[in-house]
Amino acid sequence: MYAQLIKTARSGITSREDMSEQEREFQDKIDNDIKIEPRDWMPDDYRATLIRQMGQHAHSEVVGQLPEGNWITRAPTLERKAILLAKVQDEAGHGLYLYSAAETLGETRDELVRLLHEGRMKYSSIFNYPTLNWADIGAVGWLVDGAAIVNQVALQRTSYGPYSRAMIRICKEESFHARQGYHAMMKMAFGSPAQKKMAQDALNRLWFPAMMMFGPHDSDSTHSEQSMAWKIKVKSNDELRQQFVDQTIPQIEYLGLDLPDEGIKWNEERGHYDFSDPDWDEFMDVIRGNGPCNVDRLNDRVAAWDNGQWVRDGLMAHARKKAAAKVAAE
Amino acid sequence: MAVDQEKLLQFLLRQGDNTLILGHRVSEWCGHSPILEEDIALANTALDLIGQTQMWLGYAADVQGEGKSADDLAFLRDAWDFRNVLLTELPNGDFGRTLLRQFLFDAFQSVLMGRLMKSSDETVAAIAAKASKEVAYHVERSADTVVGLGDGTEESHARMQEALNYLWPYVGEFFASDDVDAAMAEAGIAPDPASLREEYDALVGKVLADATLTIPASKYAHKGGRTGYMHTEHLGHLLTSMQWLQRAYPGCEW
Repeated sequence: MYAQLIKTARSGITSREDMSEQEREFQDKIDNDIKIEPRDWMPDDYRATLIRQMGQHAHSEVVGQLPEGNWITRAPTLERKAILLAKVQDEAGHGLYLYSAAETLGETRDELVRLLHEGRMKYSSIFNYPTLNWADIGAVGWLVDGAAIVNQVALQRTSYGPYSRAMIRICKEESFHARQGYHAMMKMAFGSPAQKKMAQDALNRLWFPAMMMFGPHDSDSTHSEQSMAWKIKVKSNDELRQQFVDQTIPQIEYLGLDLPDEGIKWNEERGHYDFSDPDWDEFMDVIRGNGPCNVDRLNDRVAAWDNGQWVRDGLMAHARKKAAAKVAAE
Repeated sequence: MAVDQEKLLQFLLRQGDNTLILGHRVSEWCGHSPILEEDIALANTALDLIGQTQMWLGYAADVQGEGKSADDLAFLRDAWDFRNVLLTELPNGDFGRTLLRQFLFDAFQSVLMGRLMKSSDETVAAIAAKASKEVAYHVERSADTVVGLGDGTEESHARMQEALNYLWPYVGEFFASDDVDAAMAEAGIAPDPASLREEYDALVGKVLADATLTIPASKYAHKGGRTGYMHTEHLGHLLTSMQWLQRAYPGCEW
C-alpha cells in the first residue's frame, strides 16, 4: 500500500457508450474478473495509471528500508537483528518484483528511479516519519505493514495479472512482518516501565501517519472512480481505513496501551469503531515534501545511486569485456 | 583427551566474533547500496553472518558454563574481550572496499569451514557444515564482484587497488597461530591456521589476478584482534551503537 493519491490518467469515468469496441471488450474482461496480461490490449490511461501506482509502490518498498535500517545496527538481540535484516531484505525484494511488474508495461526501472530522484514520483508518506526508539520498529511492522496488508490483500484481486501475482506473493511475507512487529510490541508493552513507555510513544507518534497511508477521504479522492472501474483499485480509502481501525483497536487494548486517539469509540449502530480524522493539512505537507524526513530520505537514495555509479559502470564494463572475449573466442 | 575449556572458549569466540562484527558492518549498508540487487545481497549476507554468530556464540556460552547466552556475549562484553580479526571491524569505506573485505574473509572461511566440518568436536562440525553452504555462496558472489570491479573501468580498478592496498596488511592475522590454535589442533578440533595459508593464497591469488589487481609486496601484518590485545579504534564505536539498548536498559527482554 504504499500508493496514495495516485492520479488516474483520465479524469472522470468513461461510460460504456463512449468506449471504443476495443475498450468495451477490455472492460468486459475486467468486469468478468479475467486478468489483463502484458501482451493484451489496454487503454493508454490504464497503462499510465498502473505504472504510476506500481512505481510508487516499488519506491515505497525501497525507501522503506531506510527507517528500519536506522535501527538494524542497534537491534537489541541477535534474533531481533536477524529478523529485521530478513524483513528489510524482503522489502527490497518486493521493490524488485514491483519494478519488474512495471517493466511488463514498458517502463524501465531506471526511468522510474530517475523520476523518483527528480521528485517527480512519490513514495508512501509514512516513510517520511522518523523511527526514534526501538519500539518504532515493532510499531512499523505492526501498524505500517498491518495497514499495507489491509490494502494489499484487496489488491490481490487487482485486474492487472503481474501486479495481482506480485501482491499475492508480497502478502505472504507482509503477514510475517506484521506478526513479528506485534510480537516485538508485546515484549515492549509487557516489559519494563521504560519499555512500555517506548511502546506508547511509538504508538502515539505512528498512529495517525499509519491512518494517512490509506489516502484522503473518498469524498476528496477525485481520482478513484475510474481506477475502481478498472479494478486497479479494489476498495475505497475509507473502507480500508475503517477495516484497519477495526482490526487494530483490540490489538492495542490487548497490549494494555492507551488509545492514541481520544475519538476512538465503539459505535454499536454502525458496528464499527469511530475515530478522529488525521490532520489532513499535515498529510498534504508531507506529500508536498515538507514531512520530517522527506529531504533526508530522498538525499539518502540519491546519494546511494550517485555513489554507486562507478560500481554499476565497472560491472557493466566488465560484462562487456567478457562478452567481447567470448565472441572473439568463437 | 579433554581439551582445555578456556582455550575452546577462546576459539569459539574467535569464530563468533568474526561473524558478528562483520555481519554488523555489512548491515550498515542497508538501503544505501549501488543497486537494489546489492541491497538484497548485502542484507542476505549480513543475515547469514548473524545466524552463524548465534550458533558460534551460543556454543561459546555453553562452554563458558556461566549461564550466559549468545546475546550476553554479543552485547555485554567490552572491546578487549572481543576476539575477531581486525579486518572485520574496519569501516566499510566504499562499496568496493566492503566487497573486497568480504571476499578476503569469505575466502578464509571457505578454506576453514571445509576443515572444521571434520572437527573432532561434533558441535563445531555441525555448525561448520551449516555455515559452509552459506560460505560457498558468499565467496562465489564476492569473488565475482571483486573480479567485475577490478577488471571494470579505470576508476573501478583504481578504487579496488586502493582498497586492496588498505586491506591486505590485515590478512596476515588470519594465520597468526598461538597456543589456543595449538591446543585446538592437538585435540583435532580445528586446524592450525598457519597450515591454511597456502590454500588461501592460491584461491585469493587467482581471483585477484582475474581482477587484474596487484597484491602489495609488503608482508607486514597487523595483529591484535584475535587475541584481544589491541583492536582498532573503530571497534569501540561499533560496539557503542550495537550494545546501546542492552547497556542503557539492562536486564530487559526484547
